[in-house]
Amino acid sequence: MESYLNLVLKAVFTENLALAFLLGMCTYLAVSKQVATALGLGLAMIIVETLTVPINNLIYQHLLSPGALAWLGLGHLDLTYLKLITFIGVIAALIQILEMVLDQYFPALYNTLGIYLPLLTVNCAILGASLFMVQRNYAFGESVVYGFGAGLGWAVAIVAFAAIRERLKYSDVPAGLQGLGLAFIVTGMLSLGFSGLAGVRF
Amino acid sequence: MSLQRVVLDPFVNNNPVTLQVLGVCSALAVTRTLLPALIMSIAVIAVLAYANVSVSLIRHIMPRSIRIIIEVTLIASAVIVVDEVLKAYAPEVSRILSVFVGLIITNCIVLGRTESFAMSNAVGPSLLDGIGNGVGYSLVLVFVASCRELLGTGALLGYPVLLLAADGGWYVPNLLMTLPASAFFVIALLIWLVRSWRPAQVEVPEHPVAPAEFQETA
Repeated sequence: MESYLNLVLKAVFTENLALAFLLGMCTYLAVSKQVATALGLGLAMIIVETLTVPINNLIYQHLLSPGALAWLGLGHLDLTYLKLITFIGVIAALIQILEMVLDQYFPALYNTLGIYLPLLTVNCAILGASLFMVQRNYAFGESVVYGFGAGLGWAVAIVAFAAIRERLKYSDVPAGLQGLGLAFIVTGMLSLGFSGLAGVRF
Repeated sequence: MSLQRVVLDPFVNNNPVTLQVLGVCSALAVTRTLLPALIMSIAVIAVLAYANVSVSLIRHIMPRSIRIIIEVTLIASAVIVVDEVLKAYAPEVSRILSVFVGLIITNCIVLGRTESFAMSNAVGPSLLDGIGNGVGYSLVLVFVASCRELLGTGALLGYPVLLLAADGGWYVPNLLMTLPASAFFVIALLIWLVRSWRPAQVEVPEHPVAPAEFQETA
């Protein structure tokens, strides 16, 4: 249990996908003008990460890893090179299905999250989390926890950033830094703050 | 738009990173030192050129409703090839770049250019557009990586340039430059630089500051 808690802490703070690995930056910069939209996107991110990382983990362990197809008499196959195309396919399909399910059974939730879901298909934080899961050899349980933590960390980062940005628009900044430039500097400072939390553990 | 403009515009005037805000993720993540940034640049230029050409080739026979998934599949297969080549011929760099080669698939520059340019242009211009945008992206990558490696370690490509104080020289390395946060700062300064040079790119503030004569006196 403790190791799971530490995994979440690490994924949220010291190894934050947005602020330490700089993933999902395009969406992060584009959809952070208001806290409400950032919150919606963050929620969608948590849901999608918690689903895709474990599913990709199962596919990787039981179909793609070396020798995984031994039950078919194909134990000599090593399909790991297919992981990129498989993962991106799973992510795209899953987001599509999630959109349809939400639309059908949870219309209220669909109205708040619906528009953000397609955005997440090409978000590198999602593919990145699945690739990190492979690289670090997470077991199934760990992959569930890691997926949730990675999504949560990204959500925390974008909500904090949106809150700062709502204030920033009233500030008087040098012309060349207006908008994008200042957004980068603020993200850098957030990143510094998060890296200060390194070493916190249970 | 002339062919020359297609290639040269993305360098400064319409740079994918500093103006279009595309492909920022990987631009920041691989820039701690120069060598991985260079390799990453070559990989992105290759994938971008290939994706633009192949999408442009099949643009008339591709059903519009499923074009995104076709584009992503094309890009993903190109990235797999790049990844395997790197693993075979440059295992050291491949280890440093780790997951970031795979993440070229979700690099929004690639999908963005295939969608907005290759879908509506012939093969030749698409190839040039791919190379131009790839080089525009690489310029940013190389600039950020050079700053960070030089100031963070006093070396470039591993060769010492600034003599370190620890070795009897004068330069004390700035360790901030080895943290991820510094990538944001360097790129922000780069944007400031580009926009001072090309004022047309400056964004209009949502709430401009009132001129001095209208401000309330305290």
